[in-house]
Amino acid sequence: MPLNRFTKDGHPIKFVQGNEAVVWGAIHAGCRFFAGYPITPSTEIAEGMARELPKVGGVFIQMEDEIGSIAAIIGASAAGAKAMTATSGPGFSLMQENIGYAYMTQLPIVIVDVQRGGPSTGLPTKLSQGDTMQARWGTHGDYTAVALAASSVQEAYEATIRAFNLACKLSTPVIVLLDELIGHMREKLVLKKPEEIHEEPRSFPTVPPEWYLPYDIPSDFIAHPSPFGEGYRYSITGLTHDRAGFPTSISAEITERLEALREKIVVHKQEIWDWKEYYTGDARILIVAYGSAARAARGAVEHLRRKRFKAGFLELKSIWPFPDGPLLSAAKHAKYVFVAENCMGQLIHPVKEALAGTHIRVVSVTRYDGHPLEPAQIVHAIKEEI
Amino acid sequence: MPRQGSQNSSTGRRTGTRPGGKKNKRTKLLPDRVERFEIRISGAGGQGIISTGMLLGEAIALGDGRNVSQSQAYGPEARGGATRADLIISDGDIFFPECHEPDLLVAFTTEAYEKHAPSVKPDGLIIADESAVDIVMGNARTVKVPFIKLAEKEFGHPIVANIIALGFLATYTGIVSEKSIREAVEDRFAGTKYLDMNLKALEAGFKLGKEYAKKYPL
Amino acid sequence: MATQLSEIHEYLRWRKRFPTVWCAGCGIGTIMNNMLHAIHDLQIPKDDIALISGIGCSSRMPIYVDFNTLHTTHGRALPFAIGVKLARPEMTVIVVSGDGDGLAIGGNHFIHACRRNIDITMILINNSIYGMTGGQVAPTTPLGARAHTAPYGNIDPPFDAVELALAAGATFVARSTTYHIIQNINYIKKALQHKGFSVVEIISQCPTLYGRLNGIPDPRDMLLWEKENAVPLAKAKKMSPEELKGKIITGIFREDTQKPEYTEQVYELIRKLSKSNGGK
Repeated sequence: MPLNRFTKDGHPIKFVQGNEAVVWGAIHAGCRFFAGYPITPSTEIAEGMARELPKVGGVFIQMEDEIGSIAAIIGASAAGAKAMTATSGPGFSLMQENIGYAYMTQLPIVIVDVQRGGPSTGLPTKLSQGDTMQARWGTHGDYTAVALAASSVQEAYEATIRAFNLACKLSTPVIVLLDELIGHMREKLVLKKPEEIHEEPRSFPTVPPEWYLPYDIPSDFIAHPSPFGEGYRYSITGLTHDRAGFPTSISAEITERLEALREKIVVHKQEIWDWKEYYTGDARILIVAYGSAARAARGAVEHLRRKRFKAGFLELKSIWPFPDGPLLSAAKHAKYVFVAENCMGQLIHPVKEALAGTHIRVVSVTRYDGHPLEPAQIVHAIKEEI
Repeated sequence: MPRQGSQNSSTGRRTGTRPGGKKNKRTKLLPDRVERFEIRISGAGGQGIISTGMLLGEAIALGDGRNVSQSQAYGPEARGGATRADLIISDGDIFFPECHEPDLLVAFTTEAYEKHAPSVKPDGLIIADESAVDIVMGNARTVKVPFIKLAEKEFGHPIVANIIALGFLATYTGIVSEKSIREAVEDRFAGTKYLDMNLKALEAGFKLGKEYAKKYPL
Repeated sequence: MATQLSEIHEYLRWRKRFPTVWCAGCGIGTIMNNMLHAIHDLQIPKDDIALISGIGCSSRMPIYVDFNTLHTTHGRALPFAIGVKLARPEMTVIVVSGDGDGLAIGGNHFIHACRRNIDITMILINNSIYGMTGGQVAPTTPLGARAHTAPYGNIDPPFDAVELALAAGATFVARSTTYHIIQNINYIKKALQHKGFSVVEIISQCPTLYGRLNGIPDPRDMLLWEKENAVPLAKAKKMSPEELKGKIITGIFREDTQKPEYTEQVYELIRKLSKSNGGK
């Protein structure tokens, strides 16, 4: 579709699906490599990338499966490309081993997971938020994940741009958690002008090759392995490695590597956190939600405020690392926290963990039949509880 | 326990913003300001249902400048099966993007008509292809229009029935302006060999809508 | 001999990484040597080479050589390599893989890489067994041979990697053994120069596991077995299936320069589309 409609101040506008918004976000963030495998409800992202990438000099490849797709984007990232794949639950499960590889080797990639009902093949054309925990704990071993979320088509575009910038800055995989509703829903999308987009570049070494330590541990804990072909020949391995990138079995080196992988996320968590608050100033009742559940939560809080309930809403636009700081601040006056989710209750666990030292009662509001939560259901659950 | 259904939904219900109230004769289906107006387009896979929703949404959102969310539900089949596209129009935020009780239903098959007509608001409107209506159903008024017959007769393609319907919606119901829907169709088919046929189908829809507006006013 | 050693040393991370994990008498070191000679003969700059592997004994090779090296997950070397090649088409991309890594867990990627004809050279080291995990049956273990997961003899019919590559559409396919080192160097050189997906299968010895479990624990005996059983392709064509039973057919099975190469096609499309897009 040509870009032929503009806002008054000259921004291109479109009426598109969340999945198409991801395509534009990726292109505008500098993504120049996409490997994927068709899976409902994320396929429109692959189709859009196949259509748009070659026009801007980027490579699209449809791989033989999701394992190949994630492997190809990590390979492209090792060669210096900003790379992305998109999938849904079953494919996300298949990708997990190699997502762990990208955490370990600190290669920036973006994975968009358009969540659908599960377990197993589940509900291919219906929504769910059942991958919330998979995004955090999907691969084996100790690591710290980064995951962003979006509750509208516009936010899907913005979250994708942000995901690339965070991935490049932190040299780590970043997951964008959408769901079938946001992925397939069409809304107005206002694209940014090129000069309005901050594009975090890939990092290149600044020292001569003979001094180069690809997996050094600097004060911000982030290693930036050089893209291949730049004259820095070194070893990338998924084995636990030393600062030069070679496998190690020395206790001190193992410990320092695992701690650096955790610390690089922990020390940057405030930069990663993204959220929006509604009426939280005096809220005695706080709703917490993300993605499509956040739309219903907004409706519920507007309704409750009209009925003079002291209700507030914390919308999470980043899920991992869990934004416990913003939650504690928004829940300052809360007696109740309601966690609204389109699954049997996953986000509630980090919420409970964050509020463990308080007397706040944490209640789950869930729907898991493949349809979006409704504002009325959240309102009803709150009225029943208090 | 998940509680489904929407009977008590406060945000799901339009709150009397229709000018003049119920007693007066209505001049417009979609008021100038509205908290929530629900449109459901339904039919079988392969009839262009989702495209119709997309074009209508684009025209209302980008052309007429209103807030629109368009979602859809479809089965695993690429052809056949029941398909629907839901559009929510609002001058505020749209919290729930699926229809509870449509203000306007457009149905292309009997299955779609019989499934969705009972959920339409009593003061809403149903526009159905004449082939879809065996027995009139639901509490809302049903207007039967020969979209598919006209598409076959005039254009030799049943697929343009949805474009005729879009034209009809513009002039009969006023939910979208003629200019905006024409732009959306032009955008969609620009540079393809289908543009001319679709623009003609749209004009046929405009004309049909105007005739109906005289014969069967809102 | 002295000059040969120094030639090879230049390509090794010998200061940092040696000795290797490989057992005494293992064939993988021989193949690494052959590959480095091929690269040296062709004078490909080290910076231009990406050596990519999965998991297994042979997949440890990238740790020891001074290229851009990527030691990845089990079976996935090829899709990683496809990512590297497509993102940096000017690089010479080599995948080194074992028979388990390349044909079992990575079998799907193998046939699809062959089908695409992407310009990657795959050195497939076939020792008929899983070495790193301690001697389990592989998709190449001969019928009746013993392994720790086939203690009563293998009943799984093995793959013929060459037949598989040919059927899947690879455009350069060759087989050799660790006994035939000059042939190895030549085949790897031809494979590296070939534009398209090239597979060089090298039959190798694993005396520690395959040898001990199957009554040939001495690596010298295994090499002699390779020597005695290798049949050049031209000769094999004149032999009956009965005569070829248990033999290793060596040679170049296909060298096709007509089939379009994948990376070139991808970039041709990009050139065409980005031009019409105003080069944006």
